[in-house]
Amino acid sequence: MSINVLRFTTAGNVDDGKSTLIGRLLVETQGAFEDQIEGARRENERRGGHGIDFSLLTDGLRAEREQGITIDVAYRYFATPKRKFIIADAPGHEQYTRNLVTSASTSDLAVILVDARNGMMTQSRRHAFIAHLLGIRHFVVAINKMDLVDYRKDAYEKIRKDFVDFMNRLGGAETYCVPISALEGDLVTEPSARMPWYTGPKLLELLESIEIDDPAHKQAFRFAVQLVSRPPASAEFPDFRGYMGRVASGSVRAGDRVVVLPSGARTTVTRIVTQDGPLEEAFARQSVTLTLADDLDISRGDLIAGEAQPPQARTEFRATLCWMNERRLHLNHRYVLRHTTRSVRAIVNEIDYRLDVNTLEREFPVSELQTNDIGQVRIKTLQPIVCDPYNVNRQTGGFIILDETNDTVAAGMIQG
Amino acid sequence: MTKEWTHLRELESESIYIFRETVAQFRNPVLLYSIGKDSSVLVHLARKAFYPGPLPFPLLHVDTGYKFPEMIKFRDEFTKSIGARLIVHRNEDAIAAGAHPLKLGVARCCGQLKTAALLHALDKHQFDAAIGGARREEERSRAKERVFSLRDAFGQWDPRRQRPELWSLYSGAITEGETMRVFPLSNWTEGDIWQYILQEQIPVVPLYFAKERLVVRRNGTLIPADEAKHLKEGEQPELLSVRFRTLVCVPCTGAVGSCATTLEGIVAEAGAAKISERSTRIIDHGSNTMEDKKREGYF
Repeated sequence: MSINVLRFTTAGNVDDGKSTLIGRLLVETQGAFEDQIEGARRENERRGGHGIDFSLLTDGLRAEREQGITIDVAYRYFATPKRKFIIADAPGHEQYTRNLVTSASTSDLAVILVDARNGMMTQSRRHAFIAHLLGIRHFVVAINKMDLVDYRKDAYEKIRKDFVDFMNRLGGAETYCVPISALEGDLVTEPSARMPWYTGPKLLELLESIEIDDPAHKQAFRFAVQLVSRPPASAEFPDFRGYMGRVASGSVRAGDRVVVLPSGARTTVTRIVTQDGPLEEAFARQSVTLTLADDLDISRGDLIAGEAQPPQARTEFRATLCWMNERRLHLNHRYVLRHTTRSVRAIVNEIDYRLDVNTLEREFPVSELQTNDIGQVRIKTLQPIVCDPYNVNRQTGGFIILDETNDTVAAGMIQG
Repeated sequence: MTKEWTHLRELESESIYIFRETVAQFRNPVLLYSIGKDSSVLVHLARKAFYPGPLPFPLLHVDTGYKFPEMIKFRDEFTKSIGARLIVHRNEDAIAAGAHPLKLGVARCCGQLKTAALLHALDKHQFDAAIGGARREEERSRAKERVFSLRDAFGQWDPRRQRPELWSLYSGAITEGETMRVFPLSNWTEGDIWQYILQEQIPVVPLYFAKERLVVRRNGTLIPADEAKHLKEGEQPELLSVRFRTLVCVPCTGAVGSCATTLEGIVAEAGAAKISERSTRIIDHGSNTMEDKKREGYF
């Protein structure tokens, strides 16, 4: 089943023109309103510029408007008759790896901006690598500032080839390239008379048409219990006990045999309840309430799965960790690990290696991870978590780590 | 598939998930009910989330005393019809002292009648999570808002203390005194809201529909002239066919010229709108920006 809400992340370096591109996309799809555009124009003139600086539309907080940089993930919305789009816009500075990790975690596609004058730089590789690490398999490489290289085909072709080669090394990804000028408007939503040599789709056409089958639909059934529903007795529901949650992957039908983990109890789904009436079948992403044939001790944090390919209950595993906090990782320190709807005590007892995100080389031995470090670690939990490898299932393979201040200090992806 | 998986179903399902996470993770949540269209959608989704059970939290309306009579009537009838528990909280001292935007300025008036009243109500009832209908699309400083947005012991928002939100793991972990604001409609746009209201036939305040109303032109905005005593010199009420895109307080809500008397008409207008809905809210025009108001504890 193809998606009709495309969540994509955008990554680029500080001066690659990302804000300008997003501003133009919003304006040309009516995702920005005239008063907002007028505000951006006035602000630009106050600073001595002229015309609309599209980037002023998207820089949200005063601190970054004043400094002229973007500090955190910002979400933008626009729609065309074909799709609704949610942009998770990540800033491109070296120290903000964590923002790209965050924005990529909810995205199905990444738009990577490259300055046509500079070619594929270390940072571009880093952006692509991190998005790929987070499970993104659809990439659009927007080779920007074509106006500054005289709209030359050879400049575009060189970068396109470099990028495709690099993405082939990462493997499993589908990569599209498009030459644009976000500033002049070439090939963003409008055609370009200045690049007649390019006959492919415009950037917006790519975003509208790239087929993305939600991988969650093809995977085995997973349903993390959020809450147990025990409403007061009514005529219609004299003795109701249901399990509320959102189908993380796969599908379930009334009558299906399921296993409840970590207990391992087996039972049958009797009903799929919603306020709009009972469903015969519930699919990935649907929020429903399930009733089961047997009275079992089930609570928040338990996972209901298909009998055929149950996930594993584990207390020890390897994971790729992205460290996000100024307070560095302490080995054998007690943290809280949150995974699906479950919260358990955990320690990191070994760091296998740290990844240099620029060279993609593994560094070891290492004794700590700091902000924006990515590494492979071994984790032990006090109670089991019921999980799949992240490369099989993003919803049951991803977790966060909290420290004693309740800050989210790391994001992790479970390995097979 | 029984129903087509439209973008509205996707948004609905995500919001229901957020509601359930809130009830699972907090001891005493409350839904901030402003009577507007977003609140109507919010309550509709909450009822879906907990069906067949009742709403597991009360609704809190912070009443400034300047709400349209149609709003109060709608509030009372609607909450009664769904059997919700409604708490109305007012900053009585400020209301008695005659707080008004023309007297205090918009920023101070909002600060007293809305922000201070809200913080007081949260504290009085010891709510640890306040669910609101804010959308990221509304205003540029909201674009970075988390779904679970942390507030300190003074109800203040510090952009640098907000936690990264990954996948669908919303962390409600708080320490003593801190509270959370929760935004289940984060990913909805104004267009989505109206399309959903039409699809689900959700009741909304009649003020959203076009009708001939007495208004005055003030700073390029059409302000309802119900409040004759507050008219400025030279202001002349006119009878125009208008509707409200967003509802705040009578003195601060601008109307727009419109002939949309049905939900279909509103959906068509929302799709073609050239001006953001916030432009009709006088509270967003002052030097005190949304960012400042949020830092102070505004919703």
